[in-house]
Amino acid sequence: MNTVRAKRLGLGLTAWLAGIVFFLPIAWMALTSFHSEEDAATNPPSLAASLTLDGYREFFGADGGASPWPSLINSLVASTASTLLVLVLALPAAYALSVRRVRKWTDVLFFFLSTKMLPVVAGLLPIYLFAKNTGLLDNIWLLVLLYTSMNLPIAVWMMQSFLSEVPVAVIEAAHVDGARLPTILTRIVAPIALPGIAATALICFIFSWNELLFARVLTGVVAQTAPVFLTGFITSQGLFLAKVCAASLVISLPVLAAGFAAQDKLVQGLSLGAVK
Amino acid sequence: MTATTTATPAHAAEPAAAPRPSPRLRAWVTRAPLLPALIFMIAVTQLPFVATLVISFFDWNALYPDARAFTGLANYQEVLTDADLRKSVLTTIVLTATVVLASLVIGLGLALLLDRRFRGRGVVRTLLIAPFLLVPVAAALLWKHVLYNPEYGLFNGVLHWVGGDGATQPDWISNTPLLAVELALIWQWTPFMMLILLAGLQSRDPELIEAARMDGAGNWQVFRHLTFPHLRRYLELGGLLGSIYIVQNFDAVFTITSGGLGTANLPYTVYQSFYQAHENGLASAAGVLVVIGSIVIATFALRVVSSLFREEASRA
Repeated sequence: MNTVRAKRLGLGLTAWLAGIVFFLPIAWMALTSFHSEEDAATNPPSLAASLTLDGYREFFGADGGASPWPSLINSLVASTASTLLVLVLALPAAYALSVRRVRKWTDVLFFFLSTKMLPVVAGLLPIYLFAKNTGLLDNIWLLVLLYTSMNLPIAVWMMQSFLSEVPVAVIEAAHVDGARLPTILTRIVAPIALPGIAATALICFIFSWNELLFARVLTGVVAQTAPVFLTGFITSQGLFLAKVCAASLVISLPVLAAGFAAQDKLVQGLSLGAVK
Repeated sequence: MTATTTATPAHAAEPAAAPRPSPRLRAWVTRAPLLPALIFMIAVTQLPFVATLVISFFDWNALYPDARAFTGLANYQEVLTDADLRKSVLTTIVLTATVVLASLVIGLGLALLLDRRFRGRGVVRTLLIAPFLLVPVAAALLWKHVLYNPEYGLFNGVLHWVGGDGATQPDWISNTPLLAVELALIWQWTPFMMLILLAGLQSRDPELIEAARMDGAGNWQVFRHLTFPHLRRYLELGGLLGSIYIVQNFDAVFTITSGGLGTANLPYTVYQSFYQAHENGLASAAGVLVVIGSIVIATFALRVVSSLFREEASRA
């Protein structure tokens, strides 16, 4: 009996150890972000160094460098606007694919999913040329459209599985009472499927917030997003380590917070609703 | 594919008193909510791809727009015979296979550990998920500067602590560039695999395992004959979704090595050949090749997802 207990304790400790090993780089980055640049760049690293907010102050432009605020605001606008657009397009589509099923609904669903497997680079050049010729380069609304196309398939897929759980009888009753589609969607379907819709929105927001390739190619100074701002730290020359760490953490904060809050939904969404 | 499209209960319950609209009109009414999303997707994803396909048949350098000419398959020939480009095909395959396999194996180990009850399981799960939630560029910067940096990175710092002043201080990224990128990606993707496999483990039927144990099956036998077969589809799903994302990886390659030292994968090469070299035709041909590679993976992926999906549908 004792060996069983010892074994169980050992496995628990192993799990803890694994968790700590995986988290250590992030913890170290957080610690470094609170060090002065001199303490951050010592070898071997000093654990006893005093803590300061200088890294964060400098990230927000106290050292005369570029302010991150415009890029953070761009990211917020692009992610929020495209998430809203995704929901507006995906909710009716999911309704047509789950409640009032169109013919060959599984085929349509798979078409949406298959677009997710088309690599971004497959359409990047024509999109770039189009943007350049129409003056849409460095325009945040072009990113909104592209992020919408990036997330719409996932959203349709997830939402159709959530909407399948809305009882048809309720919708039918509203239909008989003469309610039209917009009313049915906003008054009946949306409230019932709200947790699922929230999870979908969360995942779309995270993906848009994280995206780099489109933003890197299609934006410049004005519409630069937060990940593009971060790429300014890639070279090692004149690098300020504490500032990089502060920047990485601040920019990751919305995603970290959202992800921790909805761990289960995240799996379901990332596996395109296939795992419940 | 079994598209079961018998009349839904919604149609059956249509009030009989109302004048019946023609079947064609009704089909359009049913279809209408779907159309905005469908048209949007076709316009924003399919049209650019068709354009890429067309451009891939042209010799077109953006710096010499007047010299644009149709060259047939010459770009493809060049992509496939160019040593650098061939290398980037190989790099893409090696990078994807290594990252997916390693993160699946480690993810499976972690999922099995976390499937057991122990004190602080929720906390450990949260710690393990964190790498996946870091913005990809931030994660790549973390590895490049905070961990790998030869002068003040944590890895060499630890070597310094352990070995004293004379400790070796390797330049990780220069010495093993591809491995450096792979490790960073494995760290980021293992949590994803763990989450999918954990969901799989927790959907097992506990009574079945109980029964097997009653019959005297040991831990290994339960794993070998019950858990593993059950997990197989989840392993496939994780592997295929991971492949789709990692084949396309740009952030880590761009940030950690900027495609140097033999780490340029196809997405990076495509980016570079039109963004820096302005070779539109070549970039498009390489892009089309990425698509062909993805279609191969995607065919398997869709099969897996559709089998999971069918099961879901039959349960409902």
